[in-house]
Amino acid sequence: MSVAAETDVYRARYDDLRASRRGEPAWLLALRAEAMERFEARGFPTTRDEAWKYTSVAPIARVPFAPAARGRVDSQTLAPFRLRGCREIVLVNGRHVPEFSTVGGAVEVSSLRELLAREPDRLRTHLGRNVGDDPNVFAALNAAFFEDGAVVAVPAGKVAQEPIHVLHFSTGDGPPSVSHPRTLVVARARSQAAVVETWAGADGAAYFTNAVTEVFLEDGAVLDHYTVQREGDAAFHVSTLGAQQGRAARFSDHSVTLGGALHRRDVNTVFAGEGGECVLNGLFVAGGRQHMDTHTRIDHAVPHCSSRELYKGVLDGQARGVFHGTILVRKDAQKTDAMQTNKNLLLSTRALVQSTPALEIFADDVKCKHGSTTGQLDAAAVFYLRSRGIGEEAARALLTWAFASDVVARFAVEPLRAALVSFLQSRLPEAGPVHEAIA
Amino acid sequence: MSQTMLEIRDLHASVGLNEILRGVDLSVRAGEVHAVMGPNGSGKSTLAHVLAGRPGYTVTSGEVLYKGRDLLAMSPEERAREGVFLAFQYPVEIPGVSNVYFLKAAVNAVRKHRGQPELDAIDFLALVKEKSKVVDIDESLVKRPVNEGFSGGEKKRNEIFQMAILDPALAILDETDSGLDIDALKSVAAGVNQLRSPERSMVVVTHYQRLLDYIVPDFVHVLIDGRIAHSGGKELAHELEAKGYTWLEEAPAR
Repeated sequence: MSVAAETDVYRARYDDLRASRRGEPAWLLALRAEAMERFEARGFPTTRDEAWKYTSVAPIARVPFAPAARGRVDSQTLAPFRLRGCREIVLVNGRHVPEFSTVGGAVEVSSLRELLAREPDRLRTHLGRNVGDDPNVFAALNAAFFEDGAVVAVPAGKVAQEPIHVLHFSTGDGPPSVSHPRTLVVARARSQAAVVETWAGADGAAYFTNAVTEVFLEDGAVLDHYTVQREGDAAFHVSTLGAQQGRAARFSDHSVTLGGALHRRDVNTVFAGEGGECVLNGLFVAGGRQHMDTHTRIDHAVPHCSSRELYKGVLDGQARGVFHGTILVRKDAQKTDAMQTNKNLLLSTRALVQSTPALEIFADDVKCKHGSTTGQLDAAAVFYLRSRGIGEEAARALLTWAFASDVVARFAVEPLRAALVSFLQSRLPEAGPVHEAIA
Repeated sequence: MSQTMLEIRDLHASVGLNEILRGVDLSVRAGEVHAVMGPNGSGKSTLAHVLAGRPGYTVTSGEVLYKGRDLLAMSPEERAREGVFLAFQYPVEIPGVSNVYFLKAAVNAVRKHRGQPELDAIDFLALVKEKSKVVDIDESLVKRPVNEGFSGGEKKRNEIFQMAILDPALAILDETDSGLDIDALKSVAAGVNQLRSPERSMVVVTHYQRLLDYIVPDFVHVLIDGRIAHSGGKELAHELEAKGYTWLEEAPAR
């Protein structure tokens, strides 16, 4: 398909949707129109684009994905992904499913579509305002096409008692289809909350999830965001997380990436007020021919903020991994304290990872450190375990677990931590002795 | 006469292209403690690692019988399950895996191999309590990730603790004294001595006689240039302390 034809499919669909969008407020229609133009002007990125050098999205661009139809799922299908002790909102194929959700509440959880219909101007100052100052075309595509999503609003001074879980599930029925779910989190001043987002879907279906999450933290807000990517094994997953932090606000994103054939995630955070803290932790586990790409960009736009980044990758088979971490320290952002670490473990000689730290520092009184290591399992450690009677495969599994587990160990949402631990353990060979050692 | 635990015959082994062991002969009977001494580079640690089955050490000729069976044909984990234990000179740190759970996995791997029922958490913790007294190891260390952030002394104590838990028939102690001050040395040696028994043999590899003041061996062997150059009783260690190794390096093997 030619480049024009690739975008033409989306233009035709966009035009088809005009009628159904008559009820949308003018500001939203303008936002969509501008996003559509941006997408058409640029087209899908190619590996000639610096930010996409190691990730070809040709497999996405060449498929004329149909818009995902309203899907039906039973509770059994969702069960492995749901979280006890959390308030949940469930979206299937990008649309809210009320029967599995608990909306409303003092810490308000809503369907984006329903909220826009009910209070058309309420989201005007936030929606679409925070995907980075040069968002990629996928974020633009999402703006042009999102049908629904989740909105979490934490009132000023409020401490959310339960974590909120936004569960996105794709059924992958019918011809290859795409959904563009959008999540918006607004944490008002001095509020505290934890929001978990899970993306999951059916195996064997080549569906495409193109998600955007926008997070706003007002002064003194604390928000812990968790990202769990457990898409189906043939899925394409592209997502963008944008976070903006007010004065003394604390934001964290803890992510685990396990599923999908092709994964690309951009995390863009901006310090808009002094004294902010940002923590980005991530683990990706890739096997077979999975391709997983994480790009992060932390914008130290103002002084006296600190950021901590730890990303770990475990790659087996012929998997490919990409980590690209930009730390931008602007001219006036004195006393910035930034640290970035990327560690990758290659379990196979055919797995590859590209790790690129990018520090752009324009201030002169800052503390910035970065480190990147990629290696195999330590042979001495494998032998040490074997010399105690633990089989070779189990020893390797145990050490892999030891490498990966500290990222998950930091998950403060207990049901999520427990669910991920048991899921990750189930993927380790020689379950018996390994489970003994890490229980 | 007690049975033969370990029989090493004309053992040659290489690391890469370098032949390190050049014809080692050694016979250890049940209940005996043998010290293997020798200058740096004589092959002491290589011998210890070859017996434990470390990959990268190639046996080019000779044989090793353990309880009459071909030890060299076994994988490292099989050797461990059959009762061979190596206390490492440099114990490996394994962040993310707690000592106690690692050991439970190891104990149960060994028990399963021996056809014994696996220990449950309660039985295992009782065993930990009992054995931590033997080597005087702090129980908080037992719960921490394997060797992570342990001092040199704590690591060595942890090795002996593991040995107490795994209850081997043949223990090989590789430079267990290295990096220990005298108090730590005494306490580690006391742990080892508690584990001496008529059923258990030990091969104590050391550079210095100092350790042998506390773990008194039945036999002392001097390894020079990949061969046992001299063997004797415990008094040989003192002779070596006084005279060094040079007089043996010049003398032909007896």
